Amino acid sequence: MSETASLMVEAIGVRKHFAGVEVLKGVDLKVGRGDVACLIGPSGSGKSTFLRCINHLEKHDAGELLVDGQLVGYELRNGKLYERNDKQICAERARIGMVFQRFNLFQHLTVLENITMGQVRVLRVREDAARARARELLERVGLAGRDGYYPAQLSGGQQQRVAIARALAMDPKLMLFDEPTSALDPELVGEVLDVMRDLARSGMTMIVVTHEMGFAREVANTVYFLDAGIIEEWGDPREVLAHPSSPRLQNFLSKVL
Amino acid sequence: MSTDGDGSIKVVPVRHVGRWVGVAAALVVVAMIVHTLLSRLPTGQRACQGTGASRVCHAVTEWRFSWDIVFHYFTTSEILHGLLITLELTVIAMAVGIVLGMVLAVMRLSPNRVLSGSAWTYTWFFRGTPVLVQLLVWFNIAILYPRISLGIPFTALSFFSVHTNTVFTPLEAACVALGLNEAAYMSEIARAGLLSVDEGQVEAATSIGMVRRQTLRYVVMPQAMRVIIPPTGNEVISMLKTSSLASVIGVIELLGAATNIYSANYEIMPLLLTASLWYLVVTTILSIGQFYLERYFGRGALRTPPPTPLQRMRHDLAGIVAKFPSRRGLAGAVER
Repeated sequence: MSETASLMVEAIGVRKHFAGVEVLKGVDLKVGRGDVACLIGPSGSGKSTFLRCINHLEKHDAGELLVDGQLVGYELRNGKLYERNDKQICAERARIGMVFQRFNLFQHLTVLENITMGQVRVLRVREDAARARARELLERVGLAGRDGYYPAQLSGGQQQRVAIARALAMDPKLMLFDEPTSALDPELVGEVLDVMRDLARSGMTMIVVTHEMGFAREVANTVYFLDAGIIEEWGDPREVLAHPSSPRLQNFLSKVL
Repeated sequence: MSTDGDGSIKVVPVRHVGRWVGVAAALVVVAMIVHTLLSRLPTGQRACQGTGASRVCHAVTEWRFSWDIVFHYFTTSEILHGLLITLELTVIAMAVGIVLGMVLAVMRLSPNRVLSGSAWTYTWFFRGTPVLVQLLVWFNIAILYPRISLGIPFTALSFFSVHTNTVFTPLEAACVALGLNEAAYMSEIARAGLLSVDEGQVEAATSIGMVRRQTLRYVVMPQAMRVIIPPTGNEVISMLKTSSLASVIGVIELLGAATNIYSANYEIMPLLLTASLWYLVVTTILSIGQFYLERYFGRGALRTPPPTPLQRMRHDLAGIVAKFPSRRGLAGAVER
């Protein structure tokens, strides 16, 4: 019990299939509070799908998935699982930040409005308080003064930093990153990783799907290598990335490094 | 290669012979149209002035298009009242069409088969039958349902009931017929708009905890509007003209007013022109409104929004002025 209490995310044998194809074949993972876990692996290995299961953007078919000690999407009452209704699931999601590969900023809203939207509509924060918080977060991601810009007027790196600020505005207890730098020009990757590094240092619990091995080695407490729907190897990144034991990870690392 | 003083190359531009022939032909056609529009015809009568040796006579002529009569009726109360009814019909039918069309579009995209199936069937039926037939059916609805009552379905319980014809006037029948027909078209337009919004937008809204209804209202709808507005503008203009069909069931709208007048005085062409001119005036105003609506809902989609016609005119004028380095232009440069 004491271990469960210290865990932010716990997955036990999580499975998921799409139209007969099994994408996740029993994933086990444990992420403690304040920890940073990196998920690496070839494309199609199920990394993104697993990440999306954590905030219930996808429903997992089998296994147990707990966030902050609570089952994701279901409720256990008298030994029976009940599906949670939309409102409950949305309330859970609000506390789990997510950053997407394609940024997905609201195109019709300014930078500031992107960040206040969730606060005002979901958390019911007052408009002026939400704006003040948004400005604070913009400064934190190095974009002070960009309030009135539309996403299309910003570079990819700037957009992704706004997206991080938008997620942080919800005061999340957990942040999920789905290949946050994969859609960026190489020279813009650094500015986004810097923000994420700061975030990790501030004690945020993070799960990051990434191809940035340098970031994984430096920031992650644990790295998970996912291949064909199962965790092939996991452990301390300095250990796992330097001395991979499974041939598949050796093969993967030889391609990306 | 010869160059100008400032280093840019000097070239003889390509001569577009075909284009010039086309321009000439177009100009001839335009001249013919203007000529016929402004032409006068002899009436067969002669008008004479003076007496005796100083008596002068000349043939009396009149406008081929009877512009005097056209503009005489342009602002008569009958025509203006008809115009008001036309606008009323257009606004009500479009309001019904847009609201119901949005609901149908959302239903159509619902994962529930019953909801999406009902929406599909609605569109299939109302788009598949002529709007004139629908007008006639609603006009004659009392044949099928002599009384309208409010009660509990499939029981004899009824709270109140009235004669259909006492509450359902031809104007209301026209509003219902045109509105329900329009909803079928609007639902397809709205559906295209909703589908045009990137799925990532929905995921982002979902990930910050917004429920489906909030996502639709604050994230998807505003972005879908960019796609929905232009064809909806077309629909409004189209509805303005389609509303003239209501004259068939005795609604005295713009065309109805014109036909009423010409059936009494036989000035058929002038009155049809009067009505046409009013339709043109209103569609022109609607087009201008549509431009600014599109601009508003297009914000954020482009790095630099396109200029308004006024801005463009000012820009063009500035370009023309710059082409002629006149004294004024030089003086302006000095001033600066």
